[in-house]
Amino acid sequence: MKAIQEFTKGIIKENPVFVMALGLCPTLAVSTSVQNAIGMGAAATFVLVFSNIFISLIKNLIPSQVRIPCFILVIASFVTIVDMAMEAYVPPLHKSLGIFIPLIVVNCIILGRAEAFASKNGVFKSMLDGLGMGLGFMLAIMVIALIREFLGVGTILDIRILPTSYKPMVAAILPPGAFVTIGLLMGLLNILQNKKKSKAN
Amino acid sequence: MDFSTLFIIIIGSIFINNFVISRFLGLCPYIGVSKKMDSAIGMGMAVIFVMTMASTITWLIYTFFLNKATSIFGIDLTFLRTIAFILSIAVLVQFVEMVIKKAAPELYKALGIYLPLITTNCAVLGVSLLNINENYNFIESIVNGAAAGVGFTLVLVLMAGIRERLEYSKVPKSMKGMPISFIVAGCMALAFLGFSGMKF
Repeated sequence: MKAIQEFTKGIIKENPVFVMALGLCPTLAVSTSVQNAIGMGAAATFVLVFSNIFISLIKNLIPSQVRIPCFILVIASFVTIVDMAMEAYVPPLHKSLGIFIPLIVVNCIILGRAEAFASKNGVFKSMLDGLGMGLGFMLAIMVIALIREFLGVGTILDIRILPTSYKPMVAAILPPGAFVTIGLLMGLLNILQNKKKSKAN
Repeated sequence: MDFSTLFIIIIGSIFINNFVISRFLGLCPYIGVSKKMDSAIGMGMAVIFVMTMASTITWLIYTFFLNKATSIFGIDLTFLRTIAFILSIAVLVQFVEMVIKKAAPELYKALGIYLPLITTNCAVLGVSLLNINENYNFIESIVNGAAAGVGFTLVLVLMAGIRERLEYSKVPKSMKGMPISFIVAGCMALAFLGFSGMKF
């Protein structure tokens, strides 16, 4: 596979959230506003890229029986870096993301990519894969956040889109809104895919 | 020991701030293991067990090794909290698996395949971190861990019951499987939202 394809596959074709249903907890929890979604996406992308690079560098040194604990240790170190950096430079964002920053450690996208890709491929390819998957994750949370913030508050990135006379649909930013939004989006993607398939036939 | 605080923690963790439905922790097993009732119950029991143990151990580690004021070393190591917690949970799960395999083969047969999955269940790490954030004491942490596990099991079993029936109902082709499960979860969240009016 060409290098550029390693990058682009994560964004749409193998999107970690919509297609593979990984990393659902942070996706639903922080998608109450677009700002949070961007912060979470950036943090996860950083961890994903660096853990992929690091794991593909040391893949020949770790015995395969203890590889999972080693991967978790590498990921946890990078998460700690992100956690401390965000606390220092963007404290309001750090506060609103709360425990979901340390919980990046158990985000199955990151461990999944380490196990499925970085432990078998070279450094450059792993980096591209990490970047693509990270951006795909970010895109997915941003789409969900866009819908929820638009319906639930009437703003996008704190800029008012709907007039103040619009009565916000509060349920959209509460937990039920998250579940229904992602369910409907997945259904929509299925419809599009089915159409594509029937066209190909 | 104040019993009413414990009662509030129990009700709060099971219903009001249910881990899956309102805190969004442990969604992967919630969607992944809720296809059959048997596996949902097995997973639920394993999670209750591990969550209670994890709350106990991470609280002890945090209090005696990481927190400056109470640590036996007298230095501030709180920045190591994420690494220390995830490692101790991984070790704990492995250890529990070995002990159960030796001591109770019957139980191991029922829970065995779910135990390795629990290491990366964010609800377990989540409850450990929340116990620290909320400044719970030792007993409160254990109770919170157990109650969170019970809350997780409750919604998992409810979901499994609904999904077994969904198999036989007419669902649009593109909504089958995952999408409809999310919609059902949304309805469940709406119902659980009713509990949030409860104040003590």
